[in-house]
Amino acid sequence: MSESLATVSYLGATILFILCLGGLSNQETARRGNLYGVIGMTIAVLATVLGPHVGSAGYAWLIGAMVVGASIGLYAARTVQMTQMPELVALMHSMVGLAAMLVGFANYIDPVASAHMSGAEKAIHEVEIYVGILIGAVTFSGSVIAFGKLSGKISGNPLLLPARHWINLAGLLVVIYFGREFLRAGSVGEGMTPLIVMTVIALLFGIHMVMAIGGADMPVVVSMLNSYSGWAAAATGFMLSNDLLIVTGALVGSSGAILSYIMCAAMNRHFISVIAGGFGTGGGTPAAAGAAQPAGEVVAISAPDTAELLREAKNVIIVPGYGMAVAQAQHTVYEITRLLREKGVNVRFGIHPVAGRMPGHMNVLLAEAKVPYDIVQEMDELNDDFPQTDVAMVIGANDIVNPGAQDDPTSPIAGMPVLEVWKAKTSIVMKRSMASGYAGVDNPLFYKENNRMLFGDAKKMLDEVLVALKA
Amino acid sequence: MPLTIGVPREIAPGEKRVATVPEVVEKLIKLGFAVRVETGAGDAANVADDVFRAAGAEVVDNAAELWSSSDIIFKVRGPSAEEVKLLRPGSTLVSFIWPAQNPELLQQLAARQVTVLAMDSVPRISRAQKLDALSSMANIAGYRAVIEAAHHFGRFFTGQITAAGKVPPAKVFVIGAGVAGLAAIGAASGLGAIVRANDTRPEVGDQVKSMGGEFVTVDYQEEGSGVGGYAKVMSDGFQKAQREVFAKQAKEVDIIITTALIPGKPAPRLITSEMVQSMKPGSVIVDMAAEQGGNCELTEPGTVTVKHGVTIIGYADLPSRLAKQSSTLYATNLLRLTEELCKNKDGTINVNMDDEVIRGTTVIKDGTITWPPPAPKLSAAPPAAPAAAKPPVAAKSHGHGKGGSPMSGTALAIIFAVAAVVFWFIGASAPAAFLGHFTVFVLACFVGYMVVWNVTPALHTPLMSVTNAISSIIAIGALVQIAPPVDPGLSRPDDWIRWLAIGGIVLATINMFGGFAVTQRMLAMFRK
Repeated sequence: MSESLATVSYLGATILFILCLGGLSNQETARRGNLYGVIGMTIAVLATVLGPHVGSAGYAWLIGAMVVGASIGLYAARTVQMTQMPELVALMHSMVGLAAMLVGFANYIDPVASAHMSGAEKAIHEVEIYVGILIGAVTFSGSVIAFGKLSGKISGNPLLLPARHWINLAGLLVVIYFGREFLRAGSVGEGMTPLIVMTVIALLFGIHMVMAIGGADMPVVVSMLNSYSGWAAAATGFMLSNDLLIVTGALVGSSGAILSYIMCAAMNRHFISVIAGGFGTGGGTPAAAGAAQPAGEVVAISAPDTAELLREAKNVIIVPGYGMAVAQAQHTVYEITRLLREKGVNVRFGIHPVAGRMPGHMNVLLAEAKVPYDIVQEMDELNDDFPQTDVAMVIGANDIVNPGAQDDPTSPIAGMPVLEVWKAKTSIVMKRSMASGYAGVDNPLFYKENNRMLFGDAKKMLDEVLVALKA
Repeated sequence: MPLTIGVPREIAPGEKRVATVPEVVEKLIKLGFAVRVETGAGDAANVADDVFRAAGAEVVDNAAELWSSSDIIFKVRGPSAEEVKLLRPGSTLVSFIWPAQNPELLQQLAARQVTVLAMDSVPRISRAQKLDALSSMANIAGYRAVIEAAHHFGRFFTGQITAAGKVPPAKVFVIGAGVAGLAAIGAASGLGAIVRANDTRPEVGDQVKSMGGEFVTVDYQEEGSGVGGYAKVMSDGFQKAQREVFAKQAKEVDIIITTALIPGKPAPRLITSEMVQSMKPGSVIVDMAAEQGGNCELTEPGTVTVKHGVTIIGYADLPSRLAKQSSTLYATNLLRLTEELCKNKDGTINVNMDDEVIRGTTVIKDGTITWPPPAPKLSAAPPAAPAAAKPPVAAKSHGHGKGGSPMSGTALAIIFAVAAVVFWFIGASAPAAFLGHFTVFVLACFVGYMVVWNVTPALHTPLMSVTNAISSIIAIGALVQIAPPVDPGLSRPDDWIRWLAIGGIVLATINMFGGFAVTQRMLAMFRK
């Protein structure tokens, strides 16, 4: 295959990748979108393998490597639990990061890559290598830590070193200094030392950055690392002068950046303050001073009474949180939903953008439990409908239904968009106890007159509700 | 020492209710009390003695013995003069009392050295709603008023198209949208009638609509809310405008249900005899204020009369006409009160005068009249508050589909300025080959931005896994290094590069296959 043919194939793959992301604009076209992605990837890989840059000597190696990688990948994709999706995604980010690092090093020591370069061209090429490895290393170590935090292997609490911002700044300066050394180096051997020092610093920086971020901010971190993995691919594309990589990296990078922005907006937080860390402490911080303790009485309700309320309702909105997934209650929720819909009750699900542990996670969990996606709606789509709703049922969520975010300017979550469940005729909150959520803020919803608390394990209580509904 | 609760039979003529029901008896016993019920107490409400016995109550034959042996008496109606004499000094009585209307009764009770809690004096605050017997009874009365009207009305409530012709729906006009009025609106619209309602308090309009009624306003500016959520007396000008509205409605509607009451005042005369005359023959008026003199001039309290072809129902005992339901709700209200009195669940009561609810309800404490209670705290914040309480909703709802709100001009200008400087710097110093790639990069970022904002939030997780999969395009970088055509004469560390490249390929392919496969798996789950 000639150089030009390979370039045209790359162009085709680029278009298919854009169509792939475009296909995700709604559920009907999403599967076709994924297929476009597969086709694009196949074309790109075949064009490369059959193209002028790969000699036949490498075929055995690359086929072997790809078979190994493909089996691991397919196995992981088949066995992963939907609740573990954030971990899988984080792990995948780390692989892109590590691959970018390896490609960068290989490229640097490969004399073929820079054979015909000189002057500014060579300098830019070396900067590209340097930056590519830097981003790759940060993505790699950051994602590994994120994986550890998400899977509970590392504590969700933020690790706050003293003077941590200064440490980061010092790291940046050292990286810049060694970058200059790297450019000055006359030979590959001389340049290797600054490159390795920079890599180590970048790895440490990635670790430190994610360690300082609390459990509640993980959705932001996951999408941010998604963005980084894209930029790493783009940097590699510059390094190899390959437009396909640049375009794909840019697509992925901007996608991750937009997701991070959406997550930050949904938590009413600035991106910088999330990265600076120290907020979402996984339920540790007590309620902030100054926030008035809500007054009133908490009224408990039993499972049969809940069933009664649901049975007599016309409009029901269920607000699931990650607690529902933890209790593995989504299948029971679906059973209840099915039963109520058969009785003619209009049941819908209200999803807050940060429900779950990564963007859109809750939708996937509900889809897994066979909940039809057309009754799963976003916060903005149904927040105005709560006054016409008879029963709003909150399952394993807390901060995202906190009226304090709107009413109490002193609340730590003031201004965060929330689902207005308290405007429903009756709201039922399913919770293990009166403990506060990630943000450590007491929830005035529990003390509202039209609110009822259904205490207990979500799965067990929902099973009881289901039994009572069937009776 | 657990106390005994005694529930006597109601002796007032026509009173069918009873102050407790078996379900509540069980719960009172759980609170530690002993319960004694007079024989036949529940007969009129269809609760037999045996059912009380089965619930754990002791059934007593003799009223006098029950009164004298009980520490606490639960009753519906206030006690008669004879019953007052049966009360044991030091005991506690819980019933409707109406202290404002019955000052002599209050004196007699005080003379017996008892404690009296009046269920009609429960303060109208949120916490006390569960023991607000007036609301329970008003709710039942409103429902029953519609049923009585339906009974005397010669037509369907709901409109129908039958083989024999078209039946128009009945039109019902409800005056006063308190608890009773709202219940009447709900019941009437439930039967299929067209319901209109009027109230001097404009803020109840939404509640009327929520019950299925249409709110008819009087076109006259005056605030009609009094203290504690009740209505107040309106000015002459308002009353004139109101009468015009009612006169117009009277000509149009088939049924009028009046519930207008002002605390401590005779019921306002709202329906004049001319209005009754103007109504269609066969129409029905239910005057729920009959006991306080009636909202209609022609009402005869306690009975049903027909004047000018219009049936006017003046029953004062509507809750009693639904005895089982009203007994159950009243008994539950009493149970909630008992829970407030007996916080320790040990069968004893503590009439804690520091508790706002108990203080308001108690009219006589150990023989001392404590009525009226100090003025209640306002039921809600005064209407001035809402303007100040505007919450900070600045950062509300962006990030869905359409991008954020437009940026401010300054921010935009700064971004453009920075971009211009960066572009100038790159253009001035970078070689042409780099610029080509840079162009592609910037344009791709924009394409990505546009495409990703269109992704539905529900698919953000598949978006992340698919972007993961396509970012494994980095495999190409590794593939071209594994065995490129090498110019003769270049020394190349083949082994190092090969192993680095193989590592890269393995990692990237894990992502490639894993990412697409898991995305496919997820997307397959989304179904309608």
